[in-house]
Amino acid sequence: MNSTDLMKQLPAQWSTFGPGYDWLFYFIYWMSVVLFVGIIGTAIYFVVKYRRQPGVKAEPTGHNLVMELAWTVAPVILLVLLFHWGFAGYVSLTTPPPDALDIRVRARKWSWDFEYPNGGHTANEVTIPVNRPVRFVLSSEDVLHAMFIPAFRVKRDAVPGMYTTLWFQATHTGDTRFYCAEYCGAADEPVTQPDGTQRETGHFSMGGLVHIVPQARWGGFLEGILRAPTHPDGREFTAAEWGEQLYTQQNCNTCHSVNGSPMTGPTWQHIFGHEAALTDGTRVTVDENYLRRSILEPNAQVVQGFNPVMPSYQGSLTDRQLDALIAYIRSLR
Amino acid sequence: MATEVEHAADPHGGIDPNENYLLAGKGIWSWLSTLDHKRIGVMYLISVILAFFLGGMFALLIRLELLTPGRTIMGAATYNRVFTLHGAIMVFLFIIPSIPAAMGNFVLPIMLGAKDVAFPRLNLMSFYIYVIGAIFCLFSIVSGAVDTGWTFYTPYSTTSSSSVVSMTLGVFILGFSSILTGLNFIVTIHKLRAPGMHWRRLPLFVWGMYATSVIQVLATPVLAITLALLAMEKVLGLGIFDASLGGDPVLFQHFFWFYSHPAVYIMIVPGMAVVSELFATFSRRAVFGYFAIAMSSLGLALLGFLVWGHHMFTSGQSEFATMVFSGLTMLVAIPSGVKVFNWTATLYKGSIWLTTPMLYALSFLVLFTIGGLTGLFLGTLSVDIHLHDTYFVVAHFHYVMMGGTVMGFLGGLLYWWPKITGKLYNEPAAKVSWAFIFVGFNAVFIAQFIMGSRGMPRRYYDYVPEFRPYHAFSTYGSWVLAVGFFILAGVLVQSLLKGAKSPPNPWGSAGFEWNTSSPPIFSNFAETPVITRGPYDYHEATEEELFDGFPEDFKKTES
Repeated sequence: MNSTDLMKQLPAQWSTFGPGYDWLFYFIYWMSVVLFVGIIGTAIYFVVKYRRQPGVKAEPTGHNLVMELAWTVAPVILLVLLFHWGFAGYVSLTTPPPDALDIRVRARKWSWDFEYPNGGHTANEVTIPVNRPVRFVLSSEDVLHAMFIPAFRVKRDAVPGMYTTLWFQATHTGDTRFYCAEYCGAADEPVTQPDGTQRETGHFSMGGLVHIVPQARWGGFLEGILRAPTHPDGREFTAAEWGEQLYTQQNCNTCHSVNGSPMTGPTWQHIFGHEAALTDGTRVTVDENYLRRSILEPNAQVVQGFNPVMPSYQGSLTDRQLDALIAYIRSLR
Repeated sequence: MATEVEHAADPHGGIDPNENYLLAGKGIWSWLSTLDHKRIGVMYLISVILAFFLGGMFALLIRLELLTPGRTIMGAATYNRVFTLHGAIMVFLFIIPSIPAAMGNFVLPIMLGAKDVAFPRLNLMSFYIYVIGAIFCLFSIVSGAVDTGWTFYTPYSTTSSSSVVSMTLGVFILGFSSILTGLNFIVTIHKLRAPGMHWRRLPLFVWGMYATSVIQVLATPVLAITLALLAMEKVLGLGIFDASLGGDPVLFQHFFWFYSHPAVYIMIVPGMAVVSELFATFSRRAVFGYFAIAMSSLGLALLGFLVWGHHMFTSGQSEFATMVFSGLTMLVAIPSGVKVFNWTATLYKGSIWLTTPMLYALSFLVLFTIGGLTGLFLGTLSVDIHLHDTYFVVAHFHYVMMGGTVMGFLGGLLYWWPKITGKLYNEPAAKVSWAFIFVGFNAVFIAQFIMGSRGMPRRYYDYVPEFRPYHAFSTYGSWVLAVGFFILAGVLVQSLLKGAKSPPNPWGSAGFEWNTSSPPIFSNFAETPVITRGPYDYHEATEEELFDGFPEDFKKTES
């Protein structure tokens, strides 16, 4: 990054909102620069010119009604203009075209789930077609979050108990970042990664990439999310391999270890086929049905020593993805 | 009227009313049980300076953690507590009581020519309520602290395991201190003005305090109700804000900002009030557009109640509400602009004396102008959407709160320091500390404007490498700022220990608070003064009134 890039006020713009937004932003920016230089330049000039000098007394302050009225009324014209442009821009930001592609977005501490029109899901990354209006229908499963995509100049809170929407139309292909912009806390302890490093999770880690693909590749992407991923040599992932990938993609690793140490939730190592004591005093054998229920209705049968804090993955995972996760847990026995 | 005041001061029977207030009564108990507005002001001043120090330490920890991406000195959960405590302490323990309770208590009655505030016992009680509230806030720090952000947004705050109840209880109690101080000032301004002190002669500091007090009395109860509802939901499980209990999380934001936006004016209007005094004194002429400045304070107080929704443009409130709040928000620019233009015009054909307090007043002008102009970005609806909840907003409100109110506080502190302590301070050293503070402040927050508009969200423990240069620059700035404050602390301690004795009116001001000795006598004036001119009528003041202090410096150029 060179030094002129560092001083640029706005990031690259990749949506149809970009040009209008950037024009208005820089209009206010340069208007502010002119006003600032005018006001502060005048003040500095006065401070130098009328500095305290021997034998020179201050002149008593008079009145100048015309000037006072002028600087009360003149800003009103500018303000009306700014309000008008800002509101016009806001109207287009909140009015998606009727043919927009709907993507259902669910936020939870601290991950995002994207559900596509064909029922497929991705976690913490979203793929969208270029040059086509896309509408996010947002909700939250726990606290407030907000979807913020700087390159598109859009932001909207995700609120528990209600839907909010956000729309945009990307104009470039490539990857750009999205963030959570509404504070939502952090995990009490860092998570130990499979490779032994420590990772903190929270509000700040709740972001990811928007992949903007050519429209020609969009259909292929949609089909792909329903199938197991493939290795570079074209061989399809085994169920357990896919499950291992989902373990990090779906943020299971935030609360469940695979090395035997308990975190927010129980470890996954050596549990399949064993008995577990539940908080209601009963015992249960960890089998496919128990695991499936624990993913879809996590707080129905909670293992002793843990709190019922896991969000439900109902609707976030396809049946094949559930199978893959269960196969992965079974492989850890 | 006069008899009431004497009656109020009566419990101090046995004290010579003409004795220096610092010597009138000895021992710690004479301070803790005092009904003297000056001593209560001094106790507030010490308290808010301690709170500022604590909040400042948390600020330095935030900046240090953000020096590098990933973990620098603390974990994410600790970081969330640190930035919450920085915000909560600075807002509720420092900035809200800073100018009104500390300086207002000290100088407001003297400016009016009164012997005390209208209700001295209530005044002492509001100080102790402040102390009790502060104890609850400090208790929450040692009992696990709070990680909700100073805004306590639901449903995060109702589900957080941190000590939210103790902190909100503390803030709830602090609110009553604020309400009672406001009430006391309103009555004092209405009832205890000396003969001849009619409304058109009221110092602009008093006008600012009046506007502030009105907001304190009307808005603070809403905060109390909101926090009480929050605590009830958390403790009793009432469904008011929690969607899973049938409540509405956005309702909390409406309630919270219905107080906290007016509270922004509780914070900034006193800063404006102080610098209006500074501009007059150090330009040696009346503030241009006196009436416009006085009325714009009241205008801000009124508008402050009508714009809370501009904190919620992305929250999911209705589009219609968003439009109305944007339009009303634009109106705030008018009284703000009026003040800036009038202060600038005050300098014209003045005799400008660049003391440290005046440097702070000019800093206020520069920084508040930046804070105000960047507010235009945020009031313009579509532009706000991208900037909302980024570092741009953080930088904007620091330019207003710190660049505005704190600069006003520091200017007022140094300006009234000889009045309060009876000691002079070292001007050159104070100017050095001003330079560090001014440069450091701008370094911290200019970098934050740029990274904010480039998309850096606020309240982030970690960030992508792209933002590293801005965060590093901002952190270096915080060290320069800290050096400035430590030099200033040294200047003030040196003044207390070894400062030369101040003449009654070291700045040669025409303001009435300088018509009595420095420090003032216990009863402020030996006899009830009769006011015959306005506080800025330099052309009518006698040479004797404009007694020149800081003698060696002042006389050199004047004679």
